[in-house]
Amino acid sequence: MKYLTETILLAVAAFIALLGAAFSKDSLFQAHAWILFFVLAASAIFLMRKVKPAAADDTRSDGYMDEVVRYGTIATMFWGIVGFLVGVIIAAQLAFPELNIEPWFNFGRMRPLHTSAVIFAFGGNALICTSFYIVQRTSQARLFGGNLGWFVFWGYQLFIVLAATGYLLGVTQSREYAEPEWYVDIWLTVVWVAYLIVFVGTIVRRKEPHIYVANWFFLSFIVTVAMLHLVNNLSLPVSLLGAKSYSAFAGVQDALTQWWYGHNAVGFFLTAGFLGMMYYFVPKQANRPVYSYRLSIVHFWSLIFLYIWAGPHHLHYTALPDWAQTLGMVFSVMLWMPSWGGMINGLMTLSGAWDKLRTDPIIRMMVISIAFYGMSTFEGPMMSIKAVNSLSHYTDWTIGHVHSGALGWNGMITFGALYFLVPRLWNRERLYSLRMVNWHLWLATLGIVVYASVMWVSGITQGLMWREYDDQGYLVYSFAESVAALYPYYVLRTFAGLLYLSGALLMAYNIYKTIRGDVREEAPMGAPAQAVPAE
Amino acid sequence: MDYDTVRHAADSWGLVYLLVLFVGVVFFTFRPGSKKTSDEAAQIPLKED
Repeated sequence: MKYLTETILLAVAAFIALLGAAFSKDSLFQAHAWILFFVLAASAIFLMRKVKPAAADDTRSDGYMDEVVRYGTIATMFWGIVGFLVGVIIAAQLAFPELNIEPWFNFGRMRPLHTSAVIFAFGGNALICTSFYIVQRTSQARLFGGNLGWFVFWGYQLFIVLAATGYLLGVTQSREYAEPEWYVDIWLTVVWVAYLIVFVGTIVRRKEPHIYVANWFFLSFIVTVAMLHLVNNLSLPVSLLGAKSYSAFAGVQDALTQWWYGHNAVGFFLTAGFLGMMYYFVPKQANRPVYSYRLSIVHFWSLIFLYIWAGPHHLHYTALPDWAQTLGMVFSVMLWMPSWGGMINGLMTLSGAWDKLRTDPIIRMMVISIAFYGMSTFEGPMMSIKAVNSLSHYTDWTIGHVHSGALGWNGMITFGALYFLVPRLWNRERLYSLRMVNWHLWLATLGIVVYASVMWVSGITQGLMWREYDDQGYLVYSFAESVAALYPYYVLRTFAGLLYLSGALLMAYNIYKTIRGDVREEAPMGAPAQAVPAE
Repeated sequence: MDYDTVRHAADSWGLVYLLVLFVGVVFFTFRPGSKKTSDEAAQIPLKED
């Protein structure tokens, strides 16, 4: 019987969640257990209605497993819009504090919801679905593990739901980008191990002798994130049925562990994984091999060897020993070289095909994305220099830097990948509208440019106001005065976020119409002779 | 094994080990004869799928 085992397992899990709610030690755990119960029970009922005798055609296991990738592209788009929307809301909350609705929707709870939604829900789904797509194509093998791929997909969505509801309820262990409490962390570990098995299994059964470099990046992302997640979340729960836990680390060791995790989440989740996308989708869309394959290998190993040491630059001028701060700074500055090597490699892949920029907005999107990768990997090392950091740290400059990387690099390469994937996954001739892609591109680019430049001005304003002394040696400005000075920038930042969000809404409409099979009547991009973008 | 031991192991033999490994990887990547292999590998995504 198809789905029978899965349905029974879900029902048992739902019952265990119900027991968890009944015997919980605190109200937060109880609320979370109820949420888990309803999600699992609803899934069990949904799946039960699909239970049927295994038909002959269900056993076919030839070809690529693309249904899970289709679900992944839709989940990526959905969580992207949720994440961007929450971002716009919290930006508005900073400008207009009346929008903080206590207790569930105040800034303190909404901010981790935003960061986790964009990094782990939007970025994570993008990574999982593109890695599943790419590893199958470049290995010429079907995804390993049968329904394990589905477990990874749905298990990851459950992680997102538990993390997101936890933040709003107030369940948090207050670790940057790792806010979910111990039981959600354990669940993510299970899902992640399954992900590793699916990915490695597919590589092992490959028919292509060489493992393509994109898979190296994806594999390093999966392995390193597993290591970071396990170490950073080492903690002791107060009770088996309670939400609270205490970290295994204390003091400056805890701070360093958190930023070792935090910076390598940037390095391996938001950089290595997305570089895997770049090294596949840019050659595919340009229809040219990567500029230098050997440079891509050096790019890979340099990132691996350098990134892991850069975390201490988040702790300049703290209790962290001086030598460790300097080590973090030196490695961050060295990272500039492989990053720009990778950027040049990505951009030069288009050499000889630059004319495609005129007619293909997806290539434009990828080029902008790589340009922002270059820009933010220049800005980051610069900000890690102690003298610069003494001005930039704790200010909006950091927020601007993060967003030029996340919106520019991660967002744009993901949009490019989605536009590439959807017509292929649903066997459509082309996207519903290329002109709409172009609108998305410019709305998003304008949004990022406004966001980053506004945050530069606001961050440097903050930094300078905080360090302004008078001739008596007293601080010139109170903290509240520096907050009041930022009001116009915060309003502008909200506007920039709205631009980026509206571009994503256009994408959702475009992709919805593409999946439906509609094709928009429109004048082709660029010269009429090149009406259809080169495939 | 206290902090001091780990620290000194890291900034002596650990450092040498990782540096030699990295330089070795770079040399291996650019060794004569790797050009053909890597040009072939670069074509992997462009094969029919």
